[in-house]
Amino acid sequence: MATQHSRSAARWMIAPAVFVLLVWMLIPLCMTLYFSFADYRPMRATFEPWIGFDNYVSFLTSSSFLDSVVTTLQMVGGILCITIVGGVLMALLLDKPMFGQGVVRILVIAPFFVMPTVSALVWKNMFFNVDNGLFSYAYSALGLQPFDFLSQAPLFSIIVIVAWQWLPFATLILLTAVQSLDSEQLEAAEMDGAPALSRFRYIILPHLSRAITVVILIQTIFLLSIFAEIFVTTNGAFGTRTLTYLVYQRVLESQNIGLGSAGGIIAVILANIVAIFLMRIVGKNLD
Amino acid sequence: MGRITLEKVQKKFGDVEVIPPLDLEIDDGEFVVFVGPSGCGKSTLLRLIAGLEDVSAGEIRIDGQPATDKPPAKRGLAMVFQSYALYPHMSVRKNIAFPMKMAGMDQEEQDRRIAKAAQALNLTDYLDRRPGQLSGGQRQRVAIGRAIVREPAAFLFDEPLSNLDAALRVGMRLEISELHNTLETTMIYVTHDQVEAMTMADKIVVLRAGVIEQVGSPLELYREPRNVFVAGFIGSPKMNLITGPSAGQHGAQTIGIRPEHLDVVPSGGTFTGTVGVAEHLGSDTFFHVHVDGLEEPMTVRADGEVSLHHGDTIHLEPQPDKIHRFDADGLRMA
Repeated sequence: MATQHSRSAARWMIAPAVFVLLVWMLIPLCMTLYFSFADYRPMRATFEPWIGFDNYVSFLTSSSFLDSVVTTLQMVGGILCITIVGGVLMALLLDKPMFGQGVVRILVIAPFFVMPTVSALVWKNMFFNVDNGLFSYAYSALGLQPFDFLSQAPLFSIIVIVAWQWLPFATLILLTAVQSLDSEQLEAAEMDGAPALSRFRYIILPHLSRAITVVILIQTIFLLSIFAEIFVTTNGAFGTRTLTYLVYQRVLESQNIGLGSAGGIIAVILANIVAIFLMRIVGKNLD
Repeated sequence: MGRITLEKVQKKFGDVEVIPPLDLEIDDGEFVVFVGPSGCGKSTLLRLIAGLEDVSAGEIRIDGQPATDKPPAKRGLAMVFQSYALYPHMSVRKNIAFPMKMAGMDQEEQDRRIAKAAQALNLTDYLDRRPGQLSGGQRQRVAIGRAIVREPAAFLFDEPLSNLDAALRVGMRLEISELHNTLETTMIYVTHDQVEAMTMADKIVVLRAGVIEQVGSPLELYREPRNVFVAGFIGSPKMNLITGPSAGQHGAQTIGIRPEHLDVVPSGGTFTGTVGVAEHLGSDTFFHVHVDGLEEPMTVRADGEVSLHHGDTIHLEPQPDKIHRFDADGLRMA
């Protein structure tokens, strides 16, 4: 009895949350789905509720689609590489006892609290700027020609900005993993004659593999939807147009809501394929 | 060969002296047990020998060669840890092979040694399993296997049986003793369990607060404990330590009588008291006796057939030649 009572009580209590979730997620999704089959261009006052798969066909066949998928993969891949490698190194470093450990750890986490738009602006104006940026000063101090990062290496610049933001996240997760490693295992490996590099390769890295897959999964989900950093720095120019950004351009710059919605649905499907793929890997790793 | 000499070895953590300078000689092929209450520095001493901790002063020699500054891997010692410290992501075979792989041994020799160790430790059927799929006793054997294949100068055991249940512990105790008889390699074994120390050791080192209280064979320690601490620590149940007038009669500050050296007599006797708890083990019965004028209850080991129960009056007579006498400093009197 008691369990039945508490069950129905539980249902009532989670109902508001479920309701909000449905309103927030299902309604936009359904509307996107509806618009994706419509020819809807408000600036031209066009609204044709059903044009079949025309939007999908034109979105998929446009040359910018494939380019944007490649850009997205490059960007996500690059950021993942930097954050995982950097995160592992930072975690190992922060695990060592040192003076001011608490303060250092907080400082390391700090970038994660900076809003994407703000960090992109800071990087754009204070670091990458050709005239006033710190990097330009550094280049001139070394007697080199200042390098215009955002126009010469735009994709790389955005990767650096986003990686800087996500490095703390990776570091934090990996640090807890490093700390959970049994120190007797490392001592045993030391007794077994494994030098530091072998201990990393055979003991620490396998121990971290689970945490690394979790980091990859979570970051990929968030990184597929990078927007603010691109919007603030390059506006999608110079080959930095990701799938998310392409959808944005179709909807707001071309004012073609039908085409953009179709792109959005395609992006959802692609993201789900990636997610299923990643979940499989994680599932294998989590036994 | 596995002769280990410690000379004035000292260990400090910051300003705290954990181990004051001590000397110790461990002969080749000996089974030495470091025993003492928890926090007495026995594990630290073992880690100093292993090289996992640096000595603050003094010298460690292995087979006459100075080893104080050698890294752990170069000392030719193998260690079995309390938590076994198996590598969870490697199969049993890879775990055992790891030290040989690190030494760059050729594959054939590795396989030969793994097969030999697995045979000796009954692990042949489990070689392809992960440590997580093994029972506590099997994990323990894998840890020992990983130590054996290196053919070390000496084995170091850090409380290896404390994570096992009582029945398994007795079994593993025998297996380790047998292993020592077969390999005839020096073994240093740390435990807080004096039963393990008594049953396995050739030589027991009793430690308290980093100081060696006594070194000797199990029976030496049992028969002639050098001081009150060793007397109370070695032997099960514990020796009865009596102070006051009863000790004064023997001209000592403290006298010690082991439970098995107290005879239950029908009447008279040196001590008369009432039985508190009676523990019937079948072969023996332990009586906890409240004797008038003594603070602590006395423990008596009697024949299993003696039928006395809670509240009964009991008369006790110590065997006169088995009374240990200690002076005011707690040292044994001749």
